[in-house]
Amino acid sequence: MPIRTVYKAQIDHLQILDEDGKLDEKLARDTLTDEQVLFAYEFMVLCRTYDEVAFKLQRSGRMGTYPQNKGQEAAAIGSGLAAVKGRDFLVPCYRENAALFLHGLPMEKILLHWMGDERGNQIPEGVLMTPLSIPIGTQMLHATGIAWAYKMRKEDRCVITYFGDGATSEGDFHEAMNFATVFNVPCVFFCQNNQWAISVPRESQMASETVAQKGLAYGAHCIQVDGNDLFAVYKATREAIDRARGGGGVTLIEAITYRLADHTTADDARRYRDEEEVASWRGKDPLIRLRKYLERKGLWDDARQAAHEEKCKAQVAEIVKNAEGIEKPSTDDIFDYTFGTELPAELQRQKATLRTTSLGQDPSQAGLGSDHSRAS
Amino acid sequence: MSTLTDAATAHILPEGTREITFREALREAMTLEMRKDPRIFLMGEEVAQYNGAYKVSQGMLDEFGEKRIIDAPISENGFAGLAVGAAMYGLRPIIEFMSWSFSLVAADQILNNVPKMLYMSGGQWGCPVVFRGNNGAGGQLGSTHSWTVEALYANVPGLKIGIPSCPADAKGLLTTGIRDDDPYFNLESERMLSDKGPVPEGDYAIPFGQAALRRGTWSGERNSDVTLVSFGRPVNFCLDAADELAKDGVACDVLDMRTIRPLDIDSIIESVKRTNRVVVVDQCWPFASVASEVITQVCERAFDYLDHQPLRVNTDDVPTPYAKNLEAEYLPHKGKIIRAVRSTLGLS
Ligand SMILES: Cc1ncc(C[n+]2csc(CCOP(=O)(O)OP(=O)(O)O)c2C)c(N)n1
Ligand SMILES: [Mg+2]
Repeated sequence: MPIRTVYKAQIDHLQILDEDGKLDEKLARDTLTDEQVLFAYEFMVLCRTYDEVAFKLQRSGRMGTYPQNKGQEAAAIGSGLAAVKGRDFLVPCYRENAALFLHGLPMEKILLHWMGDERGNQIPEGVLMTPLSIPIGTQMLHATGIAWAYKMRKEDRCVITYFGDGATSEGDFHEAMNFATVFNVPCVFFCQNNQWAISVPRESQMASETVAQKGLAYGAHCIQVDGNDLFAVYKATREAIDRARGGGGVTLIEAITYRLADHTTADDARRYRDEEEVASWRGKDPLIRLRKYLERKGLWDDARQAAHEEKCKAQVAEIVKNAEGIEKPSTDDIFDYTFGTELPAELQRQKATLRTTSLGQDPSQAGLGSDHSRAS
Repeated sequence: MSTLTDAATAHILPEGTREITFREALREAMTLEMRKDPRIFLMGEEVAQYNGAYKVSQGMLDEFGEKRIIDAPISENGFAGLAVGAAMYGLRPIIEFMSWSFSLVAADQILNNVPKMLYMSGGQWGCPVVFRGNNGAGGQLGSTHSWTVEALYANVPGLKIGIPSCPADAKGLLTTGIRDDDPYFNLESERMLSDKGPVPEGDYAIPFGQAALRRGTWSGERNSDVTLVSFGRPVNFCLDAADELAKDGVACDVLDMRTIRPLDIDSIIESVKRTNRVVVVDQCWPFASVASEVITQVCERAFDYLDHQPLRVNTDDVPTPYAKNLEAEYLPHKGKIIRAVRSTLGLS
């Protein structure tokens, strides 16, 4: 028997806007209008401002921790723009704030979440997304399930789920990819490969050359894009969504980007990253690139930049004020969301006494009196 | 206090009651609910083409088709997580684990996502998923395949956990679980799937958190000597033990908890106040078990009524043995229960 090749594959890398802000006109055709690009740029600046302010809030003790999105804005906004607000569903991890805001999440919600308030996870009616997912990878399976529900109900929508390079080492990623492709559900897997999972570089996380090729094993469409290139991200995501909605299959998009900041505010990346490496990626900052492009087209200048930065600062200050102005949750909330149905008797008992930690304890026996009075 | 189910009436079953097996009872619960509610689907390994590894879903693929009875890849964490997403988007998944032993690879989804989704979203995203499958040792399946998960899982708030001891309860509890808006774990015993018992026709739901008194009465005519508390398969061992003890003139209340989350502690206390003695029989390991919890609560609420320290009959505190004779001895069984009851009464 001669040896035959039974499988051959390649992974394409898509870039449309290069690091100097030069656009490949042919590839850019039918992607974003000038108006959309301007909007996207302004939104990027707003989200960058938000990120910086959040960082300072943490440093001054007004927030628990915060994972900065800095440097990854094009990936979030490009993909977020490709999904249709109110139709497509976003299933995030925690480093794509901009996509969530684009799809209608009030901006104070993310701050509220990181300030340590479950209400930051309450998604307003009609806004299609799940709350941030902290256990790495779990959300990809939820995305598959939601997409599967869409398919069952014959709804013409798509789900896009976000995760990092590190998350592709989790079983959840592989199980979700397998389910999504076997069941052929309308789901797009969007990996923000920012080169690092906390202190673990991509090369120590995986031996495969790309993340994108991991999807080949599952029969997914796979593409790598320049994740700091708004146009490439938009184009690849839109094609993936269109294909998924038409029943044409699942896509894994690997967006090559870089985490310009620390992993979270609890981290100091200088301990494990070369300044040289960071500096080289600073040169690829999606904001710089897009600004160059807009300036070249005569759509942007220093004066507009200055005015817009002022506007963003004021807007973010207002958002912070709103987030901090929300009243503390009532102590009843400790119990109230444990069950969707009536609280079981044992929890009602705890709720009534609050001071006993035992399920069985009679409040009068615990020296609490029979009035079930509360700890103040 | 919750309604107490009297042994005198618990066995009077409505018209149309016939004898069917435990597995048929489970199937009936799913089938009847699925006929009414198109949001429900059943997913798991081998549930469709093969009619279920233990034939619980026999014939369901024929009736409901492959959109609602779905063979999943061998990926417990995968389909558990998929169910979370599907439930968040309004479907009502029933997930069959071939064995609860294998639910351990899905721990993140079923323990870290399912019961917390509602809480962490400030009341917004419920997770009405039913997880069900075989639980408990006794089939010589070796230690890794013989899990009794109730102690481990009962520790997690936000879950409802039922563990039926007879076909009628298997149907009624599963029905309630399917209809419930919260996540529900139905722990079934592979050893009991072929057991037959009287089961009413048509659909009915057994409320969670209501124990059934299987021996003894609430009427107060004659108080029993000892309260036996159990759930799931060992309830049957308790009944055997109680019947044998009765021959020696020892009367037992046998309380079948039916659900351990929520736990009907009120019924236990009520019985203990009359008998002043309690033995808890639990097929899990003893350390931090449901038995420990029951006894803690009895001490907290009825300490002054106790004439003997509470006793528990658990499995031995070792991995489940493989050898038949060792496994049989490791489990709580009639002999151990009788010994425990007699010792609370000072009988040899
Ligand atoms: C299941 C799980 N394991 C470990 C962690 C701790 N952890 C938080 S973020 C992180 C790295 C994730 O890296 P990546 O997926 O690349 O995302 P990035 O933070 O780079 O955006 C780890 C290990 C976690 N949250 N969940
Ligand atoms: Mg990363």
